[in-house]
Amino acid sequence: REDGGRVQNCGTFGVLQEIFGSISTADGSALVKLGNTTVICGIKAEFAAPPTDAPDKGYVVPNVDLPPLCSSRFRSGPPGEEAQVASQFIADVIENSQIIQKEDLCISPGKLAWVLYCDLICLDYDGNILDACTFALLAALKNVQLPEVTISEETALAEVNLKKKSFLNIRTHPVATSFAVFDDTLLIVDPTGEEEHLATGTLTVVMDEEGKLCCLHKPGGSGLTGAKLQDCMSRAVTRHKEVKKLMDEVVKSMKPK
Amino acid sequence: MRTQYAANTQARAFGRKRWSLLHVGSGVMEGAMRSDAKIRGESGTESSPRGPGCSLRHFACEQNLLSRPDGSASFLQGDTSVLAGVYGPAEVKVSKEIFNKATLEVILRPKIGLPGVAEKSRERLIRNTCEAVVLGTLHPRTSITVVLQVISDAGSLLACCLNAACMALVDAGVPMRSLFCGVTCALDSDGTLMLDPTAKQEKEARAVLTFALDSVERKLLMSTTKGLYSDAELQQCLAAAQAASQHVFRFYRESLQRRYSKS
Repeated sequence: REDGGRVQNCGTFGVLQEIFGSISTADGSALVKLGNTTVICGIKAEFAAPPTDAPDKGYVVPNVDLPPLCSSRFRSGPPGEEAQVASQFIADVIENSQIIQKEDLCISPGKLAWVLYCDLICLDYDGNILDACTFALLAALKNVQLPEVTISEETALAEVNLKKKSFLNIRTHPVATSFAVFDDTLLIVDPTGEEEHLATGTLTVVMDEEGKLCCLHKPGGSGLTGAKLQDCMSRAVTRHKEVKKLMDEVVKSMKPK
Repeated sequence: MRTQYAANTQARAFGRKRWSLLHVGSGVMEGAMRSDAKIRGESGTESSPRGPGCSLRHFACEQNLLSRPDGSASFLQGDTSVLAGVYGPAEVKVSKEIFNKATLEVILRPKIGLPGVAEKSRERLIRNTCEAVVLGTLHPRTSITVVLQVISDAGSLLACCLNAACMALVDAGVPMRSLFCGVTCALDSDGTLMLDPTAKQEKEARAVLTFALDSVERKLLMSTTKGLYSDAELQQCLAAAQAASQHVFRFYRESLQRRYSKS
């Protein structure tokens, strides 16, 4: 690691590995390892009545769980602040980036829609949880296969055809890049747990393919000038390309199934 | 150690009693700041009170209005109003104690309903912003609690919360390295920038960005955004927010000057 206030690479954002379809009981799943940080995402699809104020939309409900398994600082019981903040962050990313058009989840307007419960569980906490959760969510959504549902006219009940399954229509690929800020001179990409603990601030940028920002999450911490922010943006763009390449490779390797 | 803090709070309470007798009604500041940081030309339309230009809404601030907290402030921005109370430095639970600095805690209560996950997220944002600014190392093993109550929400709520928290911290006499303020920008579908949007403008906007800036060098302390926008738009919003923050800081200064010059 060099000094100099430049945005530095954290020597491999660990090795980013993705494993698709690890949970067989879920409709879609992915396991992501970012260095030592491991997050698994499982998506279950269920039926629900669409909301009354938007009868042609389904739901995507994310939930991030940080169990005591992943780190000694979490206790069992109701979700702590860190988990709630991460859940809110993922919900914002889904909402802002329009990763799935909620209208695609609707089966019959006003009567039936899909609700996707996305459960993200951290298995190993070594910093940079937000990046890992975003990758895991994206990978799992790419892996989801929804069966075809028809509403029969006679009984007005839904008939599920498990033989015919189709992938979801993923419109954008938001990729999160986190930085640890040290006294507004040094920025480190993809901080580990120890770096995060010692940092005076963190910054997370979520970018999609066209260079549009879905989310700029900087929860307090030491100040940043506009120029530093620019550096972060360019780093985020390169990161996006790397992750997209990896994801495409993994998807391609899964195709022959 | 414990008794020393108890004695301090008692002394402060005694001092407070005399203070509020001298300043009946405490400082009610009317800051009519119509600052026109023009990014796009302002065409005064009659339908909305502010045209598509960039002006901040009318703000007002009242300090020292509650008797129990060590510091309190009420901040109004247009129709959005937030009441903040600060308790501290006070005793801290041993489990939450940090050996070399103060433990900062923020509680945000919405106007209706129980606090949920969104409130927790906002509390974390406000807490981290305050932690960057408050000199916690001067009061180790103590706790500083900021309690925010939303009175009315008509847009730019998070910025108003930040402003109220800052004024309350000043009122409580908590040592800080700089002041901070919150500014909200909204971008609508054709890229027009609006500062300090109302609730209606926020809903119709393509992206809403909230920044917390510090008073010394206008650096970015906190940012949270909603919606899609490009990098260039981000820089534009940040520049506009930095210009607008000057007016907010000027308002803080005048408000405090007026309050302390009454004696």
